[in-house]
Amino acid sequence: MTNWQILWDARDQFWSGFLSTMEIFGLSISAAFLIGCVMLFMLEGTRPRLALPLRIFIDGMRMLPFLMLAYVLYYGLPTFGIRLNAWWAGVGALAVYHGCYFAEIFRGSRLTFPPGQIEAAKAHGFTKGKMFLRLILPQIVMQTRPLIGNQLIYALKDTAFLVIITVRELTAAANNLSGTYFIPTEAFIVVIGFYWAVSIVMEIIIKQCGRFSAKRGFDHV
Amino acid sequence: MSETTLPETAAVSIRQLSKSFDGVEVLRDVNLEVAKGEVVTILGSSGSGKSTLLRCINWLEQPDRGSIHIAGQRIGVDDAGRPMPVKTLARVRARTGMVFQSFNLWPHLNVLHNVTEAPIHVLGKSKREAEEHARALLEKVGMSHKADAYPNTLSGGQKQRVAIARALAMQPEVMLFDEPTSALDPELVGEVLAVIKDLSAEGYTMVIVTHEMAFARAVSDQVVFLEKGLIIERADPETFFTNASTERVRKFLERES
Repeated sequence: MTNWQILWDARDQFWSGFLSTMEIFGLSISAAFLIGCVMLFMLEGTRPRLALPLRIFIDGMRMLPFLMLAYVLYYGLPTFGIRLNAWWAGVGALAVYHGCYFAEIFRGSRLTFPPGQIEAAKAHGFTKGKMFLRLILPQIVMQTRPLIGNQLIYALKDTAFLVIITVRELTAAANNLSGTYFIPTEAFIVVIGFYWAVSIVMEIIIKQCGRFSAKRGFDHV
Repeated sequence: MSETTLPETAAVSIRQLSKSFDGVEVLRDVNLEVAKGEVVTILGSSGSGKSTLLRCINWLEQPDRGSIHIAGQRIGVDDAGRPMPVKTLARVRARTGMVFQSFNLWPHLNVLHNVTEAPIHVLGKSKREAEEHARALLEKVGMSHKADAYPNTLSGGQKQRVAIARALAMQPEVMLFDEPTSALDPELVGEVLAVIKDLSAEGYTMVIVTHEMAFARAVSDQVVFLEKGLIIERADPETFFTNASTERVRKFLERES
């Protein structure tokens, strides 16, 4: 039996690992996106008592290796009586970590948002919340589309770290098989193929979304 | 409502308005009444405070002293002199329509949705009603053929006409124009001025800051001239342009013509 044959026979393990990875990724990146939007809103206007701690938190997260955060949530929190299972610790860590990245991406774009548009919104009777949801956020998302695509790929790759806190995902499946049959090269090549495939599909989707924003003059595809 | 009510006729009533930026007084005790249906143009050299005055009317600038009433309702502060709650301020602002020098359309929305956005999400109109009204207004400003276009595909004059329709859609008590043609190529100025002229003929109340003298003369009921934050001349357009009482205004007009 060749090594590839062994892997083919174990395809169920890969498949369930892949589904698990996609589930973790889908859930955490959606949460991260929401967290980014909420943080951006909280940074709106002049509320230094809120903005300063939030900026410190965002920067603190961005300057932290993701693995450390996963470790702290999984191994560290029980010290304080909070016990998350590995799966939730992983999803939570990804959501918060990449939420901070999203917040920073959005904040950068918000800094160059045309003030005249804000004035027009005020003059037309918009209050802060609606102005943010209807006028600011949609434009920021269109403006930062390429960066969002990049962040999706980062987040997908970060899911692989969760093998270290015992989450049973795609990399864990490869790890497992390579350990059992001692065929690390082939097992990891398969997994790399999975990560590449998902990333390429995401790239294509994000690129297609560019047409939507290009029509509105946001970028040129 | 506890706000002081003023005679029905005043669309805008400005009393003893003062404003300074970093210790420089840009408005000094300005008084101005704009009657319902009246067109007032504000002239003056740049830095005279005319844009600031206009922007105080809908509280985009906050004056230091004095009061402004929009159709009898005070804007910005309540009777006790405290800042208005933001929701109340937004409601009063919605009673004014503003047209900016740089258009400030929302680029992610097409022309129709630029016009319906505030009526739906601020005034709470139904989508159908707002769109019907918007199409009528776009027709009025000659932009109905571009209802589905996005702002980035329009010329400056077209953008400004859409911006006018967007402001009109709020059915405001007063329309405020802040140098509406200053950012336009000379050949596009005419189409925007023509729209504003039509509005004046229809009886809209308007306050216009402009550098277009012939236009001001044709469209105004009242012309005021600001100099260093003071209104130094106010007159009907004929008197203003042919027989101004101050030397400063006569000089200004000479240079502009």
